[in-house]
Amino acid sequence: MTHGESAAQVSQLTTRMLFLVALLSSAWLLWSGIYKPLLLGLGALSCLLTCYVARRMGYFDSEFFMLHFSVRLLVYLAWLAKEVVRSSLEVSRIVLDPRLPISPTIVDIDATALHPIDRAILGNSITLTPGTLALDVHRGVIKVHSLTLEGADALMSSGMERRVAALRKT
Amino acid sequence: MAVLTDVASWLLLSLGGVFVFIGGLGALRMPSLYTRMHAASVTDTLGAVLIIAGAILQAGFSLAAIKLALILLFLLLTSPTASNALASAALLAGVRPDRALPWRAERSE
Amino acid sequence: MYYVVTIATLATMTLALLRALQGPSVYDRVLAMNMFGTKTVLLLAVIALLFGRPDFLDLALAYALINFIGVFAVLEFIRRRAAHEALHGEGEG
Repeated sequence: MTHGESAAQVSQLTTRMLFLVALLSSAWLLWSGIYKPLLLGLGALSCLLTCYVARRMGYFDSEFFMLHFSVRLLVYLAWLAKEVVRSSLEVSRIVLDPRLPISPTIVDIDATALHPIDRAILGNSITLTPGTLALDVHRGVIKVHSLTLEGADALMSSGMERRVAALRKT
Repeated sequence: MAVLTDVASWLLLSLGGVFVFIGGLGALRMPSLYTRMHAASVTDTLGAVLIIAGAILQAGFSLAAIKLALILLFLLLTSPTASNALASAALLAGVRPDRALPWRAERSE
Repeated sequence: MYYVVTIATLATMTLALLRALQGPSVYDRVLAMNMFGTKTVLLLAVIALLFGRPDFLDLALAYALINFIGVFAVLEFIRRRAAHEALHGEGEG
C-alpha cells in the first residue's frame, strides 16, 4: 500500500495475486467436491481472505516467484531423489547394525555466494536427505550435522551448493 | 496388467513399511537428539514416498491418486522445514550436539 | 496385503510414543510427536484404500496441515516459557 508504486510493480502484483487465487480456487474445487452456491461462495470468500492476509504479510513482495520451473529444476530434483535414496539406505544400514557405527560430524557449508532463496533450497535439500541436517544459518554459512564422517565427506564432495547455484542460470 | 500393478504396489507398500519401521527403530536407538532426527527423516522421505507411491498405483487414475500425490508433495515440502525449525530451536536453547566433531578437509587417516 | 504396511506404521507409531515418553529433552518429545503425526498421515492414506473410503484422504491432508502447524506452535510455546522462566525465575509457572 506504499505510495509511488510504478505501473510495472502493480501489474506484477496483480499477476502474482491472480496466480495465488487460481491455485487456491483449484485446490478448493478439487477437495470440496460439492458444487452448491453456498460452498462455492465460502470458497471464494476464503480464497480472497487468504489473498488479503498474504498481501499484508508481504508475501507478494518476496522473491519466491523468481523460481522458474525449468528442465534444470527437474534434473536437480532427480539428482536429489537419487541422493535421498542412497543416504536413506546408508542410514538404514547404520540403524540395523548392532554396533550402531555413527560418527557425528559438524560441517560448515559456505553459501555466502548464494541468493537467499537458493540458500533456503540448499538448506532444505540438506535436511531432506537423511543423514545430514541443517542446524543453523548464520551470515550465509550453513552449519550441517551429519550422522557419519563418510556422510559429511559425501556432502562436501557432491557439490550440492554448486548444483543449487546452477539452478538460477538461464 | 492388473496383476503386475498389484505386485508393484504391494512391493512398494511393503518396502515403505520396512523403511518406516527402520526409521522408528532408529529414533529409539540413537543416542542423542540430532542423531535421532536423522533416523526420523528416513521415515519422512523414503518411507513416505514408497507408501504413497504404492497407494497411488493401487488407486489408479482417479481423484484419489491426485489427492495422494498432493499429500506426498505437502509432506516432502513441510518435513524439512519442521526439522530445521526443531533443530535450530534446540540449538538456540542450548542442546549441544555432543560427540560431534568438526569436519576438516585434510586429515590424517 | 495392506496389513503389512498398516502393522509397520502402527509399530512405528508405538516406537515414536516410547521415544516421546522417554524424552529426555522436550525437543525429543516434539520430534517424536512430529514423527507420530506423519505416520498417522501415512496410516490414514493406507486405511483409505484398505476400507475403500476415499474421504479418509481429506482427513490425511488435514492431519498433515495440523501436524506441521502444531510443531511450530509447540516450539513457540517452549521458547516463550523459557523466556518467561529466565525473566521471573524458575518454578513460578
